[in-house]
Amino acid sequence: MNALRALLHRDLTLAYRRWGELMTPILFFILVTALFPLGLSPRPELLREIAPGVVWAAALLAGLLGQESLFRSDYEDGCLEQLALAPLPLELQALARTFTHWLGAGLPLVILSPLLGLLLQYPAAAMPELAFGLLVGTLTLSLHGAIGAALTVSLKQNGMLLLVLVLPLAVPVLIFGAQSAAQAARGEDPSGALYLLGAMLVLGLVLAPFAIAGALRISLES
Amino acid sequence: MKSLHEFLTMGGYAAYVWPAYAVAAVVLLVNAVLPGLRLKRRLVELKERGSRGERS
Amino acid sequence: MNISWTWFHRLASPPYFYRLAGRLAPWFGWLALVCIVAGLYGGLWYAPPDYQQGDGFRIIYIHVPSAYLSMMGYTVLAVSAGIGLVWRMKMAHAVAAAVAPLGASFTFLALVTGSLWGKPMWGAYWAWDARLTSELILLFQYFGFIALSRAFEDPRSGEKAAAVLALVGIVDVPIIHYSVVWWNSLHQGSTVFVGAGSDIATSMLAPLLTMIAGFTAFFAACLLKRIQLELLERESDAAWVRQLLEDA
Repeated sequence: MNALRALLHRDLTLAYRRWGELMTPILFFILVTALFPLGLSPRPELLREIAPGVVWAAALLAGLLGQESLFRSDYEDGCLEQLALAPLPLELQALARTFTHWLGAGLPLVILSPLLGLLLQYPAAAMPELAFGLLVGTLTLSLHGAIGAALTVSLKQNGMLLLVLVLPLAVPVLIFGAQSAAQAARGEDPSGALYLLGAMLVLGLVLAPFAIAGALRISLES
Repeated sequence: MKSLHEFLTMGGYAAYVWPAYAVAAVVLLVNAVLPGLRLKRRLVELKERGSRGERS
Repeated sequence: MNISWTWFHRLASPPYFYRLAGRLAPWFGWLALVCIVAGLYGGLWYAPPDYQQGDGFRIIYIHVPSAYLSMMGYTVLAVSAGIGLVWRMKMAHAVAAAVAPLGASFTFLALVTGSLWGKPMWGAYWAWDARLTSELILLFQYFGFIALSRAFEDPRSGEKAAAVLALVGIVDVPIIHYSVVWWNSLHQGSTVFVGAGSDIATSMLAPLLTMIAGFTAFFAACLLKRIQLELLERESDAAWVRQLLEDA
């Protein structure tokens, strides 16, 4: 456990030092969401309709933005090899790394979501459901993104490849996330969609670490 | 049974049915022919390389 | 038990599989031809027009076999990639690499024929319902597998990374299959296999089953040839290949 804590501490310190980099997904999230009323029309009825989808799609893209380099710097300077050889299981390390990434990239989105919902005329009464859905969803998306990042860490220039690889996994999260937000906005019960989101998160938590670690080992071999 | 006219016009749905079958024919044909051609070509290439005494 | 294990081990040997594939492929090819011709006759000529859809329903004879093979293909892909990854069998990776473009072709065909069928019946070439969306995602999964396996400098790493991806994506196949059960889908439910619910006429069903058989045999024939090609590419330096070229 000491090793795990040390790893978490290291990742958080690095993230804190590079907080400028962290701002990118957050700024992206805000800008993309803000572009829609500017680009389409500021009509409240229209915005209210598209708000769930826009917020979720923006969160997905913003999350993926920072994910490409999740393991890259460690891969390039040889740290990753050492970490793979460490007694702490690589699967656990992968989970820890993904979590710290989420703290910097996913959690801010969750916190900002009510504000952005406001920009898109999303009903204030449904904000808790929106934020909660995003909490579960962004965690899952971070796991998916980490799988993609691990698979492509040894490749050069491949931003689009990561997106293509992660998309099949991310689309169901997007669909059910946006659905839960839309249901909450209409006053309907979103728990069905939220349960499915939760199920996807649990599945991801259980399986993704193995996929991430396996992919990292393969990338280290190449 | 059926008249040739009915067959060709597919009861009015010809614009959908025939293109669908056409695309299928293309996909099947390409998949049937391409591997065989590539296989033959590769065998020829490898044979030439072998007789020239090169290693790949 | 002893016999089947020996057979399995022999199957994993590239030269044995290559020769076996070469012998089997023509048989599957002819079987495919016979079944497809019979199915086309039955489907396009013999079967009567549908009560609701007229002659437009005849797209089913291409659409259903393609959709079935798109899912079966991905299952073969994921299973063989998984076997290659876990048991480190290069033969298995060759099978996976061979299946990918084939499966992608049939996914594409299923989407196109489905779209052409949907326009006259539902009024739209496309709808974002569960089954269509998940089938489209399947196409992307095939593309992702092919792209990832080729992105690596070392092809051995590429096939392993792609194998991880294939395994991760296998969840999509049951989603596609059960999407019409789990959601209010625009797409109709199961035509063939639902016991009490399916009331398709025999004159329509028989050609469909024939076409499914024909397409599957075709898939098998093409797959065997593609595996042969993969094996040649991967083992071009091996002794068995040199022997093969001498024999030819």
